[in-house]
Amino acid sequence: MSGGPRPEPAPRGPAAVPALRLREASLSYGSRRLWSGLDLDVAPGEFVAVLGANGAGKSSLLKVVLGQQPLQAGRVEVAGRPARRGDRNIGYVPQQKGLEATTPLRARDFVRLGLDGHRWGPLLPSRSARAKVEEVLEAVGATSYADVPVGRLSGGEQQRLRVAQSIVGDPRLLLADEPLLSLDLHHAGAVSALVDACRTRTGAAVLFVTHDVNPVLPYADRVLYLAGGRFRIGTPEQVMNSATLSELYGAPVEVLESGGRLLVAGAAAEDRHDHEHAHAHGRAS
Amino acid sequence: MNRIFDFSDYGALLALVHNSLYAGALLGLVGGLVGVFVVARDLPFAVHGTSELSFAGGAAALLLGANVVVGSLVGSVLAAVLFGVLGARARDHNSAIGVLMPFGLGLGVLFLSLYEGRAANKFGLLTGQIVAVDDPQLVALAVISVVVVATMLVLWRPLLFASLDPELAAARGVPVRLLSPVFMLVLGLAVAMSVQIVGALLVLALLVTPAAAAVRVSHSPFVVPLLSVAFALVAMVGGTLLALGSSIPISPYVTTVSFAIYLLCRLVARLRRPAERPGEPAPAQVAEVL
Repeated sequence: MSGGPRPEPAPRGPAAVPALRLREASLSYGSRRLWSGLDLDVAPGEFVAVLGANGAGKSSLLKVVLGQQPLQAGRVEVAGRPARRGDRNIGYVPQQKGLEATTPLRARDFVRLGLDGHRWGPLLPSRSARAKVEEVLEAVGATSYADVPVGRLSGGEQQRLRVAQSIVGDPRLLLADEPLLSLDLHHAGAVSALVDACRTRTGAAVLFVTHDVNPVLPYADRVLYLAGGRFRIGTPEQVMNSATLSELYGAPVEVLESGGRLLVAGAAAEDRHDHEHAHAHGRAS
Repeated sequence: MNRIFDFSDYGALLALVHNSLYAGALLGLVGGLVGVFVVARDLPFAVHGTSELSFAGGAAALLLGANVVVGSLVGSVLAAVLFGVLGARARDHNSAIGVLMPFGLGLGVLFLSLYEGRAANKFGLLTGQIVAVDDPQLVALAVISVVVVATMLVLWRPLLFASLDPELAAARGVPVRLLSPVFMLVLGLAVAMSVQIVGALLVLALLVTPAAAAVRVSHSPFVVPLLSVAFALVAMVGGTLLALGSSIPISPYVTTVSFAIYLLCRLVARLRRPAERPGEPAPAQVAEVL
């Protein structure tokens, strides 16, 4: 059903500590329940795509994992330890946002912030940081513009650097929060492939929030689909089909395959329409 | 013309104003460093608003016979707290600043009208001093400078990260919500210092122009702060030296030198632009990498 080759999930023994573990996790805002009873183990090297309606709690899930949002019930562990703010085991790839042309950082400095940007003190040249940054710049294919001011790079190039920034600290879990938003199809595919290449290279697990499954379909081992306070977890084939999504939404949803791409029509598609509308003001890459 | 330039007794004058030169150097250092973040966080309007409230504080102190430095400090710290409460981002508090600023300026004008002392003191707070910094004032400026520079050095890296992308920095464990008000306080201290010397209306020439000039000619996070400080020092000390030969406040000299540096930097940037990205691959090539 999926459109491309899917890499085998990374080998994992029974003793391997999951990169992320959620147990009976519940989250609500006021009286509105986002999700509850969520059990999820993400193994090292596993790629999990998080899909769902706008407002279904996809980004809130990331906030929980980042330790920025407490759960109402249940627990969340990152690499075997309770989630906490500033966890070095987590790499984070945010949405593409335009940077001012006068931002006083070159591509390499931007990437370096992922290594030690959180530390107190002045930013001084460092040989060890430089070597580490050089390595990830090469891994993401950004060496040719390493010294170009970040504000002058295209949206696709900046997003490539954000991926580099997220892996420079050797995280065990990569969180991606709509990193493809406002990228064109071509760059969306390229950035997805890059995230996949990074998890293969480092063995990090990936939790990838996106409103469009297609760019990540070739790489996702599993899909977590959130909608209306409920969820489904499974392989893309198990989740991304008409029967499962219709049941989840409680309304008819049609999933069609066309040229290796999945088209979702019905209740889920209307959600997505709202979502895209909400971001219509975002900058194109 | 010789009210503007008259260098006949320059040597003798120089001996009289060494305090002003020290004050100018301190101000250049502080303004250049803080300015980097005023530009990065898009806060020029907040600087202007803070300086008007700082002016009101100084004017109130003048009227009450209290210490003017303390008065302007109280004014700008109050402004920093208010703006900090109103929101972390420029767009959240710009209109609030627009509301508070004329009120502060109006209060300041009221206090000055009621004040019956020397007229030179009155205008000093608005448009800058005629090269006269006494010893207690210099000590006060030095103490504030040490506090500001030390705080900036400690905050520098996480503040840079948070200014670039607050959500990302927060995800990496930077205490973004703490940094914003702390920086506003530091900014308030820097503004209160500047109001003493260049006057409330011209503070931007020190806290914005040098950094805005620096980011035109460099994008290195190591070079930009050094350039910004260098530009602010040249403007302050150069402006003070030029002002010596006149009976005019130092601010027009400082602002003119500062503006000239800015123009020069824009010109340099314009001339360099075509050669800026020699190794830039075309977008199609970027895609090929994968």
